[in-house]
Amino acid sequence: MPRLKLRVADLVRCGALLLLAAFLVAPQRFAPLFAPLTQFGAPPIYDQGNLLSLALAHLGLVLLAVAASACVAVALGILVTRTAGAGFLPLSRALVNIGQTFPPVAILAIAVPIVGFGARPTLIALFAYGLLPIFENTIAGLRACPPAVLEAADGMGMSAAQRLWGVELPLALPMILEGVRLSLVISVGTATIGSTVAAKGLGEVIIAGLLSNNTAFVLQGGLVTGLMAILLYDAVTVMERRCLHGLPRV
Amino acid sequence: MIRIEELTRRYGDSTVVDHVSMQVERGTITVVVGTSGSGKSTLLRMINRLVEPTSGRVSIDGRDTSTESAAQLRRRIGYVIQGHGLFPHRSVAENIATVPRLLRWDEARIAARVAELLRIFQLDPAAYAGKYPHQLSGGQQQRVGVARALAASPAVLLMDEPFGALDPIIRAKAQDDLLELQRRLGTTILLVTHDMDEAFRLGDRVAVMNQGRLLQYDRPARLLTDPADDFVARMTGSADRALKLLALRSAAELAAPGPVEELRLASSASLRDALAELVWRGAAAATVVDAGGAVLGRISVDAILAAGCHA
Repeated sequence: MPRLKLRVADLVRCGALLLLAAFLVAPQRFAPLFAPLTQFGAPPIYDQGNLLSLALAHLGLVLLAVAASACVAVALGILVTRTAGAGFLPLSRALVNIGQTFPPVAILAIAVPIVGFGARPTLIALFAYGLLPIFENTIAGLRACPPAVLEAADGMGMSAAQRLWGVELPLALPMILEGVRLSLVISVGTATIGSTVAAKGLGEVIIAGLLSNNTAFVLQGGLVTGLMAILLYDAVTVMERRCLHGLPRV
Repeated sequence: MIRIEELTRRYGDSTVVDHVSMQVERGTITVVVGTSGSGKSTLLRMINRLVEPTSGRVSIDGRDTSTESAAQLRRRIGYVIQGHGLFPHRSVAENIATVPRLLRWDEARIAARVAELLRIFQLDPAAYAGKYPHQLSGGQQQRVGVARALAASPAVLLMDEPFGALDPIIRAKAQDDLLELQRRLGTTILLVTHDMDEAFRLGDRVAVMNQGRLLQYDRPARLLTDPADDFVARMTGSADRALKLLALRSAAELAAPGPVEELRLASSASLRDALAELVWRGAAAATVVDAGGAVLGRISVDAILAAGCHA
């Protein structure tokens, strides 16, 4: 039974990916679907830019920002779980929390006068927003390592670095990836507001639709963003399963 | 040989290990026994420096353990803990290969050693090398834990409640296997337990600790016949000490020339087991035979009773 279930999941996965790809490569083919949503002969498919390049720019922005959040959050998480770095936990947590409690729109507003319009303020907002889930999951994952396993690692004569890379991080990896997945999904959605400060992305499509009262545009932007979020979520879930080696979850 | 001199560990005001001195002879099993909080685990962990001593010295084969890095030291000392501590993300073979990898052995040598150890521990390499710890039974996990500790052929093996997580039947088997293994490899073993029966069963010598102090360090029989103080007497248990004493001696010791009896006993049986068997069968005497079936002599209930008498 589980084999069959896996196949169905794979089919849905491939189907969603193909649908997204088809729409981005040849959006005009889908015009009849969106036509009923338009009024006064407005174009049913976004025509003020290439949807594929917008989607890729959107994805690139998200991946870059989340990669940066992951590097910083995992490094911080490692630091504060070392005996020497434990004192930094409250400070790190406060900093990371600011990134999450400060609305991305507010960060955009502050960042634009400093770094100008375009992708940069959006990257900063997404980076700050994505830190918290990865940071907290890194700490939780590292703390969940069974004490007997760590004691054995020390007792075998592993150095602190060997223990970290060889034992702690591999055991914490599923948790860390879970945090990355959360950040990715949040960022895909949040990145749409980047278009308000002229970052290239799918927000452009939504905003264009809102400005011209074209529901078809809004729906296209929203659907592509949503599908992208679901597929990314799914991809990281598959990665998580891979790195478990068929182990029980710790 | 492990020489422990005036070893002390304090945490703030409390002294967990208090000026303990003892010597563990090469190729023997020494068991440190005590209640929880007696400092026995801390004593053990100071030998591989998982805990740094407040004062005192430990030397192994004449070499002071504080003269090398803790990691270097630990790679030449085997360490087995309760609940085995196997790496859940690594296969059985990778777990066993841990210390050889740290010592940068070449892959061919590591593979050969892993296969050899799996066979010693009665685990078919073809079937078990690639398995993950959670796919093994408790007894198998424990054996892999010991195999991992022995991978680089350490001269000294430290064991902290190694059988604590096993059920009684598997535990008895694991204890027998350890005795057999120790005889075969000649490893010097220092084992910590709270279980006096385990101490008597395994120990060539037994050290009794309480509140950080070493109360008595002696052969098991001496703990029964000459306990250093009330605490040792209570730990060893006075109600059945005669039987415990008999359990420490083998039937072969009392085998004397005499007529051949109907009942036969293995020479490896303890006097306690021999007595139990004689009482059960209602026999006054039995013939002791060795593993090959050769007659060693005759053993009688009277002789056993006399051997157990300490009046």
